[in-house]
Amino acid sequence: MKFLENLLDNVRPHFEEGGKLSRFWVVYDSLETFAFTPGHATHKGVHIRDGIDLKRTMFLVIVALLPALLFGAWNQGHQYFLSIGEVGLSDPWSAMLVDKMWIGLQKLVPLIVVSYGVGLGIEFIFAGINKHSINEGYLVSGMLIPLIMPVDVPLWMVAIAVAFAVIIAKEVFGGTGMNILNIALTARAFLFFAYPKQLSGEIWIHNIAASKGGGMLVDGYTGATALGHLASTVGKDMGSAEVQSVMSMFEPDGMFSFSNALIGVIPGSIGETSALAILLGAALLIWTGIGSWKVMGSFLVGGLVMGGLFNAMELNAYMTIPAWHQIVMGGFMFGMVFMATDPVSASQTEMGKWVYGFFGGFLSIMIRVFNPAYPEGVMMAILFMNVMAPLIDHYVIAANIKRRERRSAAVSLPATA
Amino acid sequence: MGLVCIRFNFSWTKLGFGLNPVPTFAPRKVNPSELMSSIIRIRKGADIRLKGRAHAHVSTAPVSGKYAVQPGDFHGVVPKLIVRPGDTVKAGDPLFHDKYHPQVQYLSPVSGEVTDVVRGAKRRILAIEVTPDGKDERRTFDIPDLGKASREDVLALLAAGGWFGFIKQRPFDVPANPDVTPRSVHISGFNSGPLAPESGLVMEGRIDAFQHGIDALAKVAGAGGVHLGVKSGDATFDGIVGVNKSTFEGPHPAGNVGVQIHHTWPINRGEVVWTMHYEDVAALGDFLKTGTYAPERVIAAAGSACPNPNHFRIRLGAQVQSLLGGAAFDASNVRIVSGDALTGKQIDANGYVTAFARQLTVLPEGNKPKFLLADGWLGLGFDKFSLSRAYPTWLLPKTKEFEMDTCSNGEERAFVVTGQYEQVFPFDIYPVQLLKSIMVNDIDGMEKLGIYEVAPEDFALCEYACTSKIDVQQIVREGLDTLKQELG
Repeated sequence: MKFLENLLDNVRPHFEEGGKLSRFWVVYDSLETFAFTPGHATHKGVHIRDGIDLKRTMFLVIVALLPALLFGAWNQGHQYFLSIGEVGLSDPWSAMLVDKMWIGLQKLVPLIVVSYGVGLGIEFIFAGINKHSINEGYLVSGMLIPLIMPVDVPLWMVAIAVAFAVIIAKEVFGGTGMNILNIALTARAFLFFAYPKQLSGEIWIHNIAASKGGGMLVDGYTGATALGHLASTVGKDMGSAEVQSVMSMFEPDGMFSFSNALIGVIPGSIGETSALAILLGAALLIWTGIGSWKVMGSFLVGGLVMGGLFNAMELNAYMTIPAWHQIVMGGFMFGMVFMATDPVSASQTEMGKWVYGFFGGFLSIMIRVFNPAYPEGVMMAILFMNVMAPLIDHYVIAANIKRRERRSAAVSLPATA
Repeated sequence: MGLVCIRFNFSWTKLGFGLNPVPTFAPRKVNPSELMSSIIRIRKGADIRLKGRAHAHVSTAPVSGKYAVQPGDFHGVVPKLIVRPGDTVKAGDPLFHDKYHPQVQYLSPVSGEVTDVVRGAKRRILAIEVTPDGKDERRTFDIPDLGKASREDVLALLAAGGWFGFIKQRPFDVPANPDVTPRSVHISGFNSGPLAPESGLVMEGRIDAFQHGIDALAKVAGAGGVHLGVKSGDATFDGIVGVNKSTFEGPHPAGNVGVQIHHTWPINRGEVVWTMHYEDVAALGDFLKTGTYAPERVIAAAGSACPNPNHFRIRLGAQVQSLLGGAAFDASNVRIVSGDALTGKQIDANGYVTAFARQLTVLPEGNKPKFLLADGWLGLGFDKFSLSRAYPTWLLPKTKEFEMDTCSNGEERAFVVTGQYEQVFPFDIYPVQLLKSIMVNDIDGMEKLGIYEVAPEDFALCEYACTSKIDVQQIVREGLDTLKQELG
């Protein structure tokens, strides 16, 4: 690697102050520090430092995303062939594996390119203006955004959403580590509110509009997601034929059965459908200690508690879906593992993480069921809890302060004599 | 059947029958302090497994070419020089005093000639160098009978004898103000930092002196006012009386006096406590016994780049070179730290042992770029020690020691990862929130969040573990300085 080191050293003068390319210093600097951990020795304070840095932390999150990403690519192809009747629900996994992956990657790769291109481009500009180095935060956000998009979302929409999220949710507050809201969810929320018609339209299955136009679509196939179907039952008589037919899809042999939802062979955003693939990522995050098991655990409990309460009430068809079935559908798992655990926008105190996670999960299911206009309750719930996180922390810390004041006010005596 | 067997064997043992009735194990020696109080377990923290532990043997170092007292070691003290270059001094003669507390003197550890007063930027005094004359002439102090002397007499003696520099106070972690009566005096009986010397080795033959020092401190703090924290299983201080002993168990920073205070009798707003290192207490005892000032220090020369890791008995302020193999020592591309790898001060090969150092840590410099796949951020990292499980350290045997260099292993970033400091910070204090209140200069916030209880060294592990490579100790020091300025 001496070669690369020499090359970087040779071109370095052009990028330094006074060089021809000095305005691109940020680009050079980030490439160099990407390839080589800089030989910066400690200069004050501790003389030795832990091996961990933000690059490795962020990289491990991306590794944790890989199962969901690969499965998502396959599943989008699978859903496409399902929609035009080329494969059946019970078709073996290996059938048309390459074709399915090909369709999925064809959609996913451009999304990733646009997400990174626009996001990192903006980061480079801001880093150049503020004269600081590039932070690694967007490496993860840039991968999360494509995975929470419908497969046929127009690339220009993604570009606008990314630009909005990076500028308004992040750079305005001062960059990585300073944001209040999760970046990826802000991008998703932007699309949701700015382009509601398109988002609820026919973009959840690849090419569905064209298939429909060409008469290739399987009879009765709508391409709606599990939560989309369920939302359509709200406000209708539980016994009506229409509701009954929707609910039958959630029976053990239906399209949205528990096992199908757990494995992820259902329509939905690219990376969110497979609870199993996401839980694989969760295992890595918990194992390496990078994702907070407290947030994930309490989020899960929160979702189950709300789902359980609905099961007890059974006021409409939606509420009859068992709690464990609720949590494997929609973005619940993906939000729990990759969004709620974002350390910057989550609660920062360990006690706060329990509260934050619990209400995140609780509200996810509540919003999803109570408000059919927002099938993606997870997004709303996590963004809401992002805003609430500082308040939770405030009370946790206030309790600590109070404890100290009480101790101070009490007669000061040694604890051990 | 099994049950019968057990009962049968049990009765045999109990009755002392059998061919070998003599027990083959020695009865466990009970530490008296364990009887007095239960063991306090420190759960948060970490032992950094650095390579290069010093051999358990103390040899007396030869007389150093020069000795120095460095005012910078005593944080916040403004030195007023008493001597000038060319003056002759005895061991125990004052070199400078504290501008704001003139009675607090700082003494020469050896007899000889003041050869230089080294100054830095803005003419700040960095070091007063004394070249020893080899005669070791000592000034004699009148030592009153401790049993009869008044508290004021003892205080005056401690100030004139140069000991107030070695008594620190909290809040602020600065040399103690002799005009303030402390709530209590706290001594940690062990160092838990990486490669720190063992108390048993340091205190060999000095227990009597230690007891003497304790008696003097008890005079200042009042009966029951002196607290000693000992390491569980360490019998070094078993015979010491006149102190409140607590036993601590757990990883670093269990040996930090701040941690021990927090877990026994936390510092409240408005309270002042004094702290002293156990070896300095023994040196104070020597002073009281002999009436002369010749402070001895056992230094562990350690670290993976240390040529001959060993313990040395030195006079305070000695040059480090002779402890590192003399002139043959190649100091290129190594870092010599006076103190441990987390809190020490970087010095050159002809520098001096700093006032609070118990060890020298010699580490390879880490100033070479590391390629991402080989030893950089994407490598497997089996040779890297990390408290984070993102590296496989935690899967390796707990006995494995690691060679660590001074590379920061990444660049400084904003706070991103949470919960990391809390794992190595055994205080009921929110470290990140306290740091943020310091960074925005929120004095009220600092006070409420417990800044009174901490010293920069208590945050050393947080700084080590930090993913964002933030200079945590410096921030804490700035916070303490700000607060001291505001409150006086």
